[in-house]
Amino acid sequence: MKSQESIAITIKGVQKHFGQVHALRGIDLEIRRGEFFGLLGPNGAGKSTLINTIAGLTRADVGQISVMGYDVAKQYRMARRCIGIVPQELVYDSFFNVREMLRLQAGYFGCGHENHNWIEELLDVLMLHDKADTNVKALSGGMKRRVLVAMALVHKPDVVVLDEPTAGVDVELRQSLWEFIKRLHNEGHTIVLTTHYLEEAESLCDRIAILGEGKIIALDSKQGLLDRGVNHVQLVTLTTEDPIQDIPAQLSKNIKQHNGSELVLQLNQKTDNIIDLLDAVRNTGAIIKTIKTSEADLEDVFMEITNNGRLT
Amino acid sequence: MNIRGFYTLFCKELLRFYKVAVQTILAPVITALLYLLVFSHVLKEHIEVYPDVSYTAFLIPGLIMMAVIQNSFANSSSSLIQSKYTGNILFILLPPLSYLEFYLAFMAAAVVRGVAVGTGVLLTSLFFVDLPLHSMLYLLLFGIMSSATLGSMGIIAGIWADKFDHLAGFQNFVIMPLSFLSGVFYSIHSLPDIWQTASHFNPFFYMIDGFRYSFFGQSDVDPLFSLSVVSLFLLILASTAMWILKSGYKLRN
Repeated sequence: MKSQESIAITIKGVQKHFGQVHALRGIDLEIRRGEFFGLLGPNGAGKSTLINTIAGLTRADVGQISVMGYDVAKQYRMARRCIGIVPQELVYDSFFNVREMLRLQAGYFGCGHENHNWIEELLDVLMLHDKADTNVKALSGGMKRRVLVAMALVHKPDVVVLDEPTAGVDVELRQSLWEFIKRLHNEGHTIVLTTHYLEEAESLCDRIAILGEGKIIALDSKQGLLDRGVNHVQLVTLTTEDPIQDIPAQLSKNIKQHNGSELVLQLNQKTDNIIDLLDAVRNTGAIIKTIKTSEADLEDVFMEITNNGRLT
Repeated sequence: MNIRGFYTLFCKELLRFYKVAVQTILAPVITALLYLLVFSHVLKEHIEVYPDVSYTAFLIPGLIMMAVIQNSFANSSSSLIQSKYTGNILFILLPPLSYLEFYLAFMAAAVVRGVAVGTGVLLTSLFFVDLPLHSMLYLLLFGIMSSATLGSMGIIAGIWADKFDHLAGFQNFVIMPLSFLSGVFYSIHSLPDIWQTASHFNPFFYMIDGFRYSFFGQSDVDPLFSLSVVSLFLLILASTAMWILKSGYKLRN
């Protein structure tokens, strides 16, 4: 049995309806302190609803959630002090500049002048100092995203939840945000990340839960999930002398990518036979020049688990 | 209690209207003065509502209270609908603020704006006419309680409204008619019986009548009765606003 001191977020039997939509169908999950946890799933899987419920923005119909041991409903003040949320949408208050927004946000959490040095440090670390007196409305999307990260950290929370923090940001900013989030993790923060970029989750997360239709359909360490792919999924990349014009129906469910004379096939090692698939390619009259095989990455595992978005 | 959290939210709401003071303070003061100039010029020779009180002087407390009513309501309601619309409402839903702290901060900021606009109308009106002051206590009680009442109503409307149209409807079809038909420009004794009776069901009438008493010592109904009605109205709206905030209606779902 795990000690409560080692758990950052506990979710027990959480259900949530929005009218007829059953958004969360009994979620049970424990996220450990100091963990870098990934929450993945196709659109509409319930990721944001789950995060909103943890943050107190939505109330669960059934079930219980605690953050650092504090119940988010009954001990909401302590629970909210322990958590910082970076929302998915680029929201801001057009009446205020960056520094004002950070100071106001800190004030809502009960922090006063003693917190101003920390705010200046955040402005430095997130490269916002030059823009501190600029109205947030005038900032680029990437800068606004950094302001949201800073706002989530103004009260020095133990747990940081990032809801698709790199959605729509350029590569440079994405890299700098990754570095910053890794630094937070190394300093002992518990990080919960939802993302559509699976390479991001593969690179950063210790453990990953995959949500589908309001349920957890996979929960494992990153390596555990990848091992599922190693055992079941293999990618075969073929190049042919001439482009393949008509793909045989037999191959259609296996095609991951088709670009002229390059064909990438995804094989389920339990059900597919590589010889049969190669024969099907040859039967089109194509002459195979090269064959390359590779093991699955997290994206392949994700697609297999969610069956291209349709859950098995 | 998260005193600092409450105080920060209160300050944020003050800053919000202070940063656009031309729109939130100056414009309503000028509007009230235009009413004063037009109505007093047209009617001052024809109407004497109270003995020894000119029509221009009679008009001023009503105009002050109408400005207080409209601006207190506008402050809390527009802040909430804008925050909901832009999504930045989550900045105040994520922190450890209770429904009571949330309510008090928005209501207190609405009171400050209402009183600021009312004071502006009063001070500029003094350039046009001398106003007596019968009771400072009644003036403060009616001024603050009325703006708190409308601030509470603004919180309810701001949470209920899904779009700016809903709020405009509330302002145009509830606040505006009730404030214009509350005796700002006339004494209800000059109305036919049926409209006199109807006026007694308008809570804004008691706000204006009681506020006018604080200047002239004369009113259409007993000021203590008016104070009781305003207090009851404040209690009902404050309780409703807090109940809505506690339930999370349209905010935490």
